[in-house]
Amino acid sequence: MRSIVLVLALLALVLPLSARAQTADLAGVIAQYRDQIEKPSRQTVEPVVAAIAATGPQGAALLQAWGDRLLGLRKSDGRLVIAAPEGDALHLTDAATGADLGPAPEDQVTLLRPNSGVRGLISAAMAGSALSDPDPKRRAEALEALSRKGDAAQLGLLRQAMDDPDPTLAARKQRLERLLTIQYDTDPAARIAAMQSFGGDTSLEFRASLNPILTTRRVALETIPADANVADELAVGSDIPRDAAYAMLVDAGLAPARLTPQAERATLAQHIVNGMVGGVPVIELGDEAARDRAYTALEGQGLVQPAASEDEVTAALDRFHFLDVYAEPNADVTAAARAALRGTETRIGLMQAADLSLDALSLASIYFLAAIGLAITFGVMGVINMAHGEFIMMGAYTGYVVQQFISDKTISLIVALPLAFAVTFAAGVALERLVIRHLYKRPLETLLATFGVSIALQQLAKNIFGTQARPLTSPGWLDGALTFNDIVSISYIRIAIFVLALVFLGLYLFIMNRTRLGLEVRAVTQNPGMAASMGISPDRINMLTFGLGSGIAGIAGVAIGLFAKVTSELGSDYIVQSFMTVVVGGVGNIWGTLAGAALIGFLQKGIEWFNPANTLAAQTYMILFIIIFIQFRPRGIIAAKGRAAVGA
Amino acid sequence: MRKPLVLRHPSILVFLAVLAVFTVGVTILSTGYGTGVISTSMVKTLGKTLCLALAAVAMDLVWGYAGILSLGQMAFFALGGYMIGMWLMVARTETIVTGSLANLPIPPTAAEINQAVATQIFGVVGSDQFPAIWFLSGSLIGQLALVVLVPGLLALVFGWLAFRSRVNGVYLSILTQAMTLALALYLFQNDSGLRGNNGLSGLQNIPGLDAVPQESLSIWFFWASAVALGLGYLLVSWVASGKFGSVTRAIRDDEARVRFLGYSVESYKLVVFTLAAVITGIAGALYYPQAGIINPAELAPIASIYLAVWVAIGGRGRLYGAVIGAIVVSMLSSWFTGGRAPDVNLGFYTIKWVDWWQVLLGLSFVLVTLFAPKGISGIFDALAHLRPPRRGGTPLGPDMGALQEREAVE
Repeated sequence: MRSIVLVLALLALVLPLSARAQTADLAGVIAQYRDQIEKPSRQTVEPVVAAIAATGPQGAALLQAWGDRLLGLRKSDGRLVIAAPEGDALHLTDAATGADLGPAPEDQVTLLRPNSGVRGLISAAMAGSALSDPDPKRRAEALEALSRKGDAAQLGLLRQAMDDPDPTLAARKQRLERLLTIQYDTDPAARIAAMQSFGGDTSLEFRASLNPILTTRRVALETIPADANVADELAVGSDIPRDAAYAMLVDAGLAPARLTPQAERATLAQHIVNGMVGGVPVIELGDEAARDRAYTALEGQGLVQPAASEDEVTAALDRFHFLDVYAEPNADVTAAARAALRGTETRIGLMQAADLSLDALSLASIYFLAAIGLAITFGVMGVINMAHGEFIMMGAYTGYVVQQFISDKTISLIVALPLAFAVTFAAGVALERLVIRHLYKRPLETLLATFGVSIALQQLAKNIFGTQARPLTSPGWLDGALTFNDIVSISYIRIAIFVLALVFLGLYLFIMNRTRLGLEVRAVTQNPGMAASMGISPDRINMLTFGLGSGIAGIAGVAIGLFAKVTSELGSDYIVQSFMTVVVGGVGNIWGTLAGAALIGFLQKGIEWFNPANTLAAQTYMILFIIIFIQFRPRGIIAAKGRAAVGA
Repeated sequence: MRKPLVLRHPSILVFLAVLAVFTVGVTILSTGYGTGVISTSMVKTLGKTLCLALAAVAMDLVWGYAGILSLGQMAFFALGGYMIGMWLMVARTETIVTGSLANLPIPPTAAEINQAVATQIFGVVGSDQFPAIWFLSGSLIGQLALVVLVPGLLALVFGWLAFRSRVNGVYLSILTQAMTLALALYLFQNDSGLRGNNGLSGLQNIPGLDAVPQESLSIWFFWASAVALGLGYLLVSWVASGKFGSVTRAIRDDEARVRFLGYSVESYKLVVFTLAAVITGIAGALYYPQAGIINPAELAPIASIYLAVWVAIGGRGRLYGAVIGAIVVSMLSSWFTGGRAPDVNLGFYTIKWVDWWQVLLGLSFVLVTLFAPKGISGIFDALAHLRPPRRGGTPLGPDMGALQEREAVE
C-alpha cells in the first residue's frame, strides 16, 4: 500500500504539472459523484472509477481503500474518509486531500461496502499502479488483468512501467504494450508498426487484438462518402441476396415495404364488403392470381397503399450501394491488420492440421485398443465374438469396482489393469470352453451364439450396476493437457491411451513372434491337424488364445472407461467399429489392424473437420466409405497371403 | 404334369389353414367385431406380430435358403414404414391444417396450405420447407410404390456391390450391420429430412377414416397383415421350392461348386436379397401404422439381430419355423417385459422378469444354437420321423458351415 503511494508519488514527480493539477480535481470529482461512490452499481460506476483514477496518486489511494472496503463516511460531518484499522479503532485520512484526521472509534464511521462486481472494476483500474509493484507476483497478476481487459488509459500506465527487473515479465510487458498499441494508440503509424512487429504470430491474443479493427458494419448508402473506410462493396444478387438487400432498405426506412403474401392476405381480409373484396368474391380468393386482382382493384379505389412493384424494387436497389464499412476510420490501419491476419492464416492452417492429426491419432489409438483383442480372436482364430464389446465393458466395470475399494486413483489403476485382464481372461476362457469350442465349424452360428451371450451380459451388467453411468476417475496426473500453443494441444489421458496402444502393439508382436505360445498359435491357425500331430494341443492353444484376446479387451475397457461413460452399453458402442477396423485392415495381421485403426480414425476426424457440427454425419459417411472400400480391397488394406491366407 | 405347389408341400396348406383359423378366431373374439375378449391393443400387438412374422419369413429366405446372414433386414423394414408414414403424416396434417385455415376470412391458397403443413411437420427440426425426398408424399400411390422401390433399390445396390466383390459369410454379415448402423445414424440427424430422432408419429390415424373407430381399424390392419403373411409365405415357398430354390440352396452349401457348374451365383443371390428386402419393406409398411410411431432407433443393428434370433430359434430353412419363432419369441418377450409374468421368489432374491428376461433370452439362444440347431421346427421334424443320417463324425463338406445333412432329408 505504502509502496504504491510511493510509486505514484514518483510518477507525480515525472509529470509534475499535470499531476498537481489533477490532485486539485479530486475533491471536485468526489463532490460530483458523491451518490455513485456511496451506492455504487456495476453498470454505472465505471466512469466514476476512471475519473478518480485520472486524478493521480491520492485518487489511487482512494480507489485502493474503496476496493479493500476501507472507505467510509465520518458520521459527524459526512466527510469521505479512508479508514485504516489501528487496534480496536480506525485511523482516518481525508479521502480528497490525504490530510491526517487522527484516530476515531469504529462506530464513528460508516464503511462503504461495494459489491464484487464494482470491486472488480476498481481492481482493473488499479492494475496500472500494480504494474510497478516490487512484488513480481503482483506485477504478473496486474499484467494478467491487463491482458484480459485493457484500455487506452492503461496503455499509458503500462508504457510508464516498462522497466522490469524480471526478464520474463519484461518480455510480457513488451508484448502487451504492443498489443495495446495495436488497439488503442492514437498514432496510426505506431499501430501499423506494432502489427508488423508480430510477424506471423498465431497466438489468440494477437488475433483477438486485430479482430475489433476489422469488424465491419453493413450499410446501404446512395453516395459513398469520401472518408468512409470501405471493406467491400456488395453486388446485389451474388454477394447479398436481393431480398436481404431490399429488406435492409425497408428496415432503414429508405424504401416502401414489399407486399408479402401474409400482408396481402391481412389487407384483403380488412376490406371484405358483402362477401366481395374489390369486386372479387371471397370464395375465389384461394388463388394467388385472384388475390392479386382483388388487391389491384383495391389500389385502384385508393383503399390501400400501393405496394412496391418489381420495377420499383429494382430501381431502389440500383440507386443504393451496399457496403461493408470498417468501424476503424483509418484505411492504412485496416489494410495492415488484414495483411497481418492473412499472414497468420497459413501458419494457423498448418497448426490446425497438426491439432487435427493429434485428435485423429488419439481416436485411432482408441479404435486400435478396442480392436486389438478382436484382432486376436477374430483375426487370428477366425472366431466372430459379438460379446467382445461386453468384455470391454467388463474391464471398465472392473476398474470402477476397484475404485470403490481403493481410493488412491493411481494405485487403483495399477491394480485394475491386471485385474481386468484376469477377469476377462477367465470370462473368455469360459466362453470358449462352453460355447465357441462346439461351433468352430459353424462360424455364422458362433456369431449368433456369442450375440446371445452379449445381450445376457449386457442385461446382467444393468441388473448389477444399474442403468446410469458409473464414474471411472482418472488419477490427477492424467488431468490437464499438453499445450504447445493456443491451437495445438492434447490431453494427457489421450497421450496415455496412445502409449498404451503402442505397448499393446509391442506386446502382441512379442507374444506372437518371440514366445512358444505365439509359435503354437500360428501353427494351430495354419493347420490344426498338423499342429496336433506335432504334439501341440489345439484345444489348449485355442483356449489360451481366446483368453488372451478377451483379456486385452478387458484392459482396453479400463482405458476407454477413463474417458467415456461406463454404462452397460459401453461395449456395443465400439463393437461395429472394432469389427470394421479389423476387416478394413486385413484379417490376421496386426499391422493391418493398425492401418485400419489409423485409416478410420483419420477419416472420421477428417470428415468432422469438413462438417464440425455433425459427428453423426461423420460416422455415417465413414461407414459408407468403408462399405465402398471393401468393394475394392475385400481382404483389407494388408491382405494375408500364401498359406496364412488359407488358414485365415 | 406337375402337381400344384400346395400339394407338393402340404405344410403350406397346413400353415395357411392355421393362419385362417387364427384370423377368424381373433376376429370373433375382438372388441371391434366380436365378443370383446381380446382388447384393441392386443389385436394391434397380434397384427404387428404377424408383420414381424412376415419379415422373419423373408429373413429365412435370405439366411435359411441362400445362406446370407443379413444383419440389416430391419433397415428395409423401417424404410417401408417411413415411406408409408410420410404419406400418413402429410395427409393427416393436411386435413387438420385445412380445417383450421378454413376459419380464416380469406380462403387459403394451395401454397399456403402446403407451407402450413410443412411448418407443422418440420417445426420440431427447425424447418418450414418440405425436403426434396418428400416430393411424392402427397400421393398415396406414389408412396406405396416407394414402399417397394426404396428397400428394393437399396438392397439391389448394396447387394450388387457386396456380391460382385465376393464378400461372403461373416464379412457380409458385418457389412450389412454397418449398413443399417450408417442408415440409423444418418436418420438421427435433424437435417436428414425425416424429422431426425423425432421420427414420424401419429401414424395410427388413417386419413379419411376418422369416423372409423380404432377397434375396427385395428381388425382391418390385422386382416391386412394376415393376408400379407399368407401371400408372402406362398410367394417365398414358391421361390424356394422350384429349380430356382434348388440352385439357391446349392449356393448356400457350396458357392464355388455352383459357380463352376455355370450358374451366375451373384444374380441368384441378388434376386433373393432384393426380393426379401421388398417383402420386408411391405411388412414394415403394415407394421408401423399399427405401432403409430417410427423413429431411427428402429434401425439399430440390435433389431436386425433379434430378427435373426427369432428365425434361429424357430428353425432355419423351414418357413413355418421362422413364423413360429417370430411369434413365440416376440409374444414371450412382450409377456415378460410387460410385467405380466409372475416374479419368482428364491428366498434370498426375487427374480423380476422385466430385469432378467434378456438374460434368459440370451442364454436360451446360446443353448438353442448349441444343442438344437434346427430350433422349434426340429420338433416337427422329429414328429415326422425326419432324422439326419448318422455319419459317424465324417466332415460335412467343403464349407464347414453347410447344413447339407439336414437339407438332404427334406
